[in-house]
Parts: sequence; structure tokens; C-alpha cells
Amino acid sequence: MKKKKIGVYICHCGGNISDYVDVEKVKNSVKDEEIVFLATTTMFACADSAQKEIENDIRDNNLDGLVVASCSPKLHLITFRAVADRAGLNPYNYVHANIREQCSWAHSDDKTGATEKAIQLVKGAIKRVYESEALEQITIPAEKVMAVIGAGIGGMRTALDLSSNDIEVYLIEREFFVGGRVAQLGELYNTEETGKELVTRLYNEVKKRKNITLFTGAEAIEKSGSIGNFEIKVRINPRYIKETCSTESLEKAIEVCPVEVLDEFNYGLNKRKAIYKNYDSEYPQLPTIDMDNCTKCGECEKVCSEIDFSMKEEILPLKVGGIILNTGFNSYEPKKGEFGYDEIENVITLPQFSRLIELQKDNKNFVYNKKKIKNIAYIYCVGSRQANIPDGNKYCSRYCCTSNIHKAILAKKYFPEINNFHFTRGIRTYGKQEVFYDESSKQGDIYLQSYIDHLPEVKQNGNRITVKIIDYLTSNKEMEVDTDLVVLVTGMVPRENKDLVNVFKVPLGRDGFFNEIHMKLRPVETVIDGVYIAGASQAPKNIMETMSSSSSAAAAASAVLSKGELSLEPTLAVVDPDACNWCDKCTEACPFNAFTKVEHQGKQVALVIEANCKGCGMCLPVCPTNAIDLIGYTDNEVESLIDGLMQQDK
Amino acid sequence: METKNNNSVPKILVFSTEKISDPAIDLAGLLKLHYPATAYTIDIPCSSAIKPRWILHAFEKGFDGVFIAADGTDCPYGESCSEKTAKIMSDTQKMMKEKGIDPVRLKMAAICSICAEAFVNHVKSLAVNLSKSK
Repeated sequence: MKKKKIGVYICHCGGNISDYVDVEKVKNSVKDEEIVFLATTTMFACADSAQKEIENDIRDNNLDGLVVASCSPKLHLITFRAVADRAGLNPYNYVHANIREQCSWAHSDDKTGATEKAIQLVKGAIKRVYESEALEQITIPAEKVMAVIGAGIGGMRTALDLSSNDIEVYLIEREFFVGGRVAQLGELYNTEETGKELVTRLYNEVKKRKNITLFTGAEAIEKSGSIGNFEIKVRINPRYIKETCSTESLEKAIEVCPVEVLDEFNYGLNKRKAIYKNYDSEYPQLPTIDMDNCTKCGECEKVCSEIDFSMKEEILPLKVGGIILNTGFNSYEPKKGEFGYDEIENVITLPQFSRLIELQKDNKNFVYNKKKIKNIAYIYCVGSRQANIPDGNKYCSRYCCTSNIHKAILAKKYFPEINNFHFTRGIRTYGKQEVFYDESSKQGDIYLQSYIDHLPEVKQNGNRITVKIIDYLTSNKEMEVDTDLVVLVTGMVPRENKDLVNVFKVPLGRDGFFNEIHMKLRPVETVIDGVYIAGASQAPKNIMETMSSSSSAAAAASAVLSKGELSLEPTLAVVDPDACNWCDKCTEACPFNAFTKVEHQGKQVALVIEANCKGCGMCLPVCPTNAIDLIGYTDNEVESLIDGLMQQDK
Repeated sequence: METKNNNSVPKILVFSTEKISDPAIDLAGLLKLHYPATAYTIDIPCSSAIKPRWILHAFEKGFDGVFIAADGTDCPYGESCSEKTAKIMSDTQKMMKEKGIDPVRLKMAAICSICAEAFVNHVKSLAVNLSKSK
């Protein structure tokens, strides 16, 4: 039955839409249409009060169709379907018009064009809702299994939470060891636990869970399918060492390896062998061989029979219901010459400084490059808040103020004779971390502050390194500090994940981190249904925030998958038996074996097996008699929508 | 308010897919990557579900061009999507010829879920080509 009483709501979205689209004009263009019972504008259609009003309108006026023109349906289609449902209107008699992402934002350079487009989009939606049918959702079985990509602290937290919700987990780590960046950290702030201890506790818990399978040296290389039923392929790279190997013979193998390369785990502060572990208690407790640097000299094989260079990579197909990306971050690598980096000796980054303290904390003196360190200058916001650099990182990495001040306190604790000079652009030790700023001030650390237009200058004259600043805190006095070590307080940048992005096609934001659908409303979901993001892969985050978002992603995924079935759109193919002459073309086109042959009034016709139909519609264009329609995308609906888009004002 | 005469700008109907190309088109808006305001999107589950009659209907109703933002190899319904969408494209172009509609008015490209810039470039170039032939 065609809809006769349609309610149309046009959203300002604050000014997101109405700054570029004349929403009153849109309303006036459609309000007099015969089937439009009411048309109105609303400041925020998604607000509770507005939803209530729409509900009341539907009930009070017995509306039989609803159109809301607002943001992307990815954000609020579900919201307004629920509004319809609560008011007793079938949710499928609701049509959403995207006049924000695909109109006001896309055409903010053309306000007249944006308004005209919004009018046509709303007219199209009205035509479509007129043709819409009342439908019921369908349920399909879904894999109660999740793939978690990244076994840093965030990935392990996610895996544990999913496991507690009775969801099986494949935890997939690209490196050969778990723990990510946190494994490199010594004492952490807010707790006195070390990074290694935190990693160890999480790992031990992961190993206890029977429903978590950990893959290290593993990368997801392919993805197909959709939410509830993804198929991914994982490449497992060989470790070249058998698991049965004894600790003793491995230690010998490491000892005899003649290859020495810079140790990335310690940011090049020392060297490691080609067969290596980053630290003794690292997990899994089995070294690996770095084949990029191994010369295959055979020395290790002589002392350890469990080394096996014939190991090959494996490709493992996995079926999962969803995927959580928790792939962490990289530290910003300063450019050559940026505050003297890579040009002046004794200019290092915060991660290097952190490792330096760890490596030297038991020594009597603090030494770098054979130079005893007394004065340390810390330059903040390196790689963050780069307003003066085209394509620079505009965001504040936020964790680095606290992290650096905490390290300065630790440095002073281990080497009381040092002096700390902080060259800041305003300190952001927000929340519970503010105590560190207080403690650092009390221990005598000196704070100086500049703006973006007068950044500190690092210079070298012979053995002397100086840092100069025009200090805002002392009424713009020029200050110069002689220093033995300059620490560049580097922020976070996105992890290099190009291959992973290509596999999962998760959108990146302007900052290069993974993008959520909405940072407040759907903070861990992506536009790819069933693919979630968490931790510092999404934005700079400290450990506490990483843990929160990791648990949040696990909760969001569990809510969808824990029943082992999913409610899906009732988008199914339907055959008109009168028009069908059974030519078999639909069977050939369907990848899911969703057609069978049945008898109808003395002739052979096709019938859709609903349990197999995925609603892709591949069968539609191949039917020579146009006997197949897709529910929700019938010829009537699609063609009337096209009519609406071209409908001119009367 | 800025004004532009859109009468001369070709009208383009975009068939995009809910899971794959729609996010890219949304992303184009989010990133304020501008393209002609006369491009209208209809979302469908999969690009190999487009009926040629829908495309012909769009031309009959006055659209100057139709762009299929296809799933390509990212299609969640299977690898055969690219081949099937390409067939729809060529079948429709044959029908267009028979009806005296220039086949160049129908374009197709694979648009992945993060291909915002590619989408904008395709729509802009189709608009330019359609303007030339107008």
C-alpha cells in the first residue's frame, strides 16, 4: 500500500548543515507535496527531545512514512529506525537522506548548489518512502570468533575481555614478541609497575585462556566476507627455531652468532645478535632469527640442533565474525637538523632517553656518548602541534608531557646530581598526572616556555651544546642553557600499517590514525561493519586510555557477536514466479547457491532459498525477464528515487 | 550566499555501495573535498546488482551521466563482482547505443572505502567530459 501521510524532518545539525544548506528553503520546497503531511526543520534531529517530538508526531497523526534529512545513515539510520519503531511505525517505512557528508560538507564551496541538491535528495527520499514496504529483520548465524590484530597491551586487553565474554579470539601479532611499545618502558607513571611487568601479567593471563590463540610473526594479508562471517588469511612467518629448544642451547647459539646489528628495541643505543630476544623475560620465550641480517654462517646450528632454516611461511585461513585493530603507534622521528637531531651529538628522543635510563639506572654516573650528563634540556612538542610546518602534525600527542616529566623525575632519582631544564609550550599533565608536574617543580626542575613563533634553538660550539629560548614566563627574556644532553620530547604518529590498511580498508583521518564513525557516539566502530579500532592506532593515547578503549572495543564487538547470530536487513532476492521462465541464469550468477528450481502452475520457476541469500543482488541484472527484485531495492523504489532526484518544483 | 548557475553543470547519478564506496563518498565530505553539487548518490548493496534499466531510467529522466562507484576486488560478496559489474557496464552501453545515448555518459571505476580522493577525481572528470559534449 502506498504511503499517504509522510513526515519530513530536515536537520540543521547545529550549523553543520544549515551553514551551507538553506534548510527553510528545503522544507518549503517539499511541504506542499500531496503525500507530505508535515515538513519541519529541527536543530538536532538526533537529540532526545527531537526524537520524542518525531515519535509524538508519528503517533498523533498516524504517519505512515518518515523521512529524516540529516547526517550519514552510517551514523543515525539506526537511531531513526528506532524512533519509528517506538512510535509504532515499521522501521522500513523510514528513509534517510544524507544532506551532511554528501551535501553540506561536500559542497560547502557552493551553497546554492548544496541547497538545490538537498531539495532533490529529500524529494527522492519522499518518493522512495512512498514506495517502501513494511519489513521485518532477518537473523543469520554469525561466527562467535574475533580476530584481534596487535598483541600489545591494548590487543591483549581486548582479547582477554572478549574471552571473558565467551568469544573465541585469534590474537595476531606482526612482531615475534608481544607487548609492543610498552615492553620497552621501565617504570610507568601512576603505578610503579614496569612496562615489562604489565606485559608479563597480561601475557600470562592470555596463555591461561583456552579460547585465545596467539600467533606471533603473523600478518593478516586478505579479508573477504562481511560482519558475522569474515574470512581472513594470516601469513605466519617462520621463527627458524623449534619450540622444543632448550634455553641453555639457545643461549649458546646467541653467544656464538657473529652478526651484530643496532638494537631497535633500545633505539640503537646498543647492539644485538642476528639470533635474539629483546630481553630475558620476553614472551613468547623463544628467540627468533632476523633473516634480514643473518648470514647463515651455520655457527648457531653447530651448538643448537633445534635451529631449522628450512622452516617456511604458512598461510592460515580463519573464519571470524569480526576484527579489532589495535596496532599501536610509532614515535615521531625528528627530521635531520630538527632541534639539532642527527646533526649535533647528544640530541636524542624521548624513547631513547627512556631506554637510556633503563640501561644505566644501576650505574654510578649517567653517561651518554662517553660524556657524563649533568644538565639535561628537554624540548617539548617535537612532532606535535606543528602549526608552522606544512603537512605537520597539528594534533597534541598529550601523553608526552607527563611521560617526559615522569622520566625527568626518574633520572633525578637515579642520578641526583643532574639538573632538568624543560623547554615547553605549556604543560599538559592533565587529570591524575598533574602530581608529576608538582613533584618535578618541587625537586627543582626549571620550566621555560615559548610559543610556536619562537621555538627553542639548539646550537653546538665545540663541545658546548646550548639551548636558547625567549621565555614567555619571564616576560620574554632571552635565556640560554648549557646542556650535556638534549631530549626531544617526541609525540606519537600512526604506526606504519600500509599493508594492513589495504587489507581492511579502514579509513584514516587527516592525522593518519584510524578513523572511528563518530568520536562520541560510536567511538570504536569503523564504517566497515564488524571492524573495530582501539588503542593508539586511533589517536595518541596513554596506557590508561588505551586500556579503556581496548575494553570498549571488546564490549562493542561482544554486544554484536555474543549471541552467535546477527540481525540483518531483510534484503533478500524475490522471484515473481509468473514472470520467471527458469533459464538458470540466476543460479549461475549467485555465489551462494541461493536458488532452487520449483514447479509453479505447471512450469519450472526459480525460488530463493532465504537462508542462503546474502542480499547482494548479483542475480538481478542477469534475469532476462526481470523476474527478480531485491527487497528494499525494488524497481519501484529505485526508479521512484531517481524520479525524485530529478523532480522539479511545481 | 555564493551563487552558481548549476543549469550548465551536468547532472550525474552515482550508484554507490553501502559497505564499500559509500564510506569513501562520506569521507570526501568529511575532508571537504569538493565535487559538483549536481552529483547524487543512490546506495545499493553491491555494484553487480545494478539493473541496466535503472541506468536507462536515469538517462530518460534527464541525468547527463551515470557513474558506477564499483566495489572492485573489495566486494564482500565475492571476487566475481568486478567481472559482473563490468558486464553490466558493457551490456548497458550497448543498450544506450541502441537508444541513441552516447555510451561515454556511463562510467565505472572501483572505489574502495577510503578512496575519497579517487571518487572526487572521477566525478569531476566525468562532469568535465559531459560538459564538453553538452
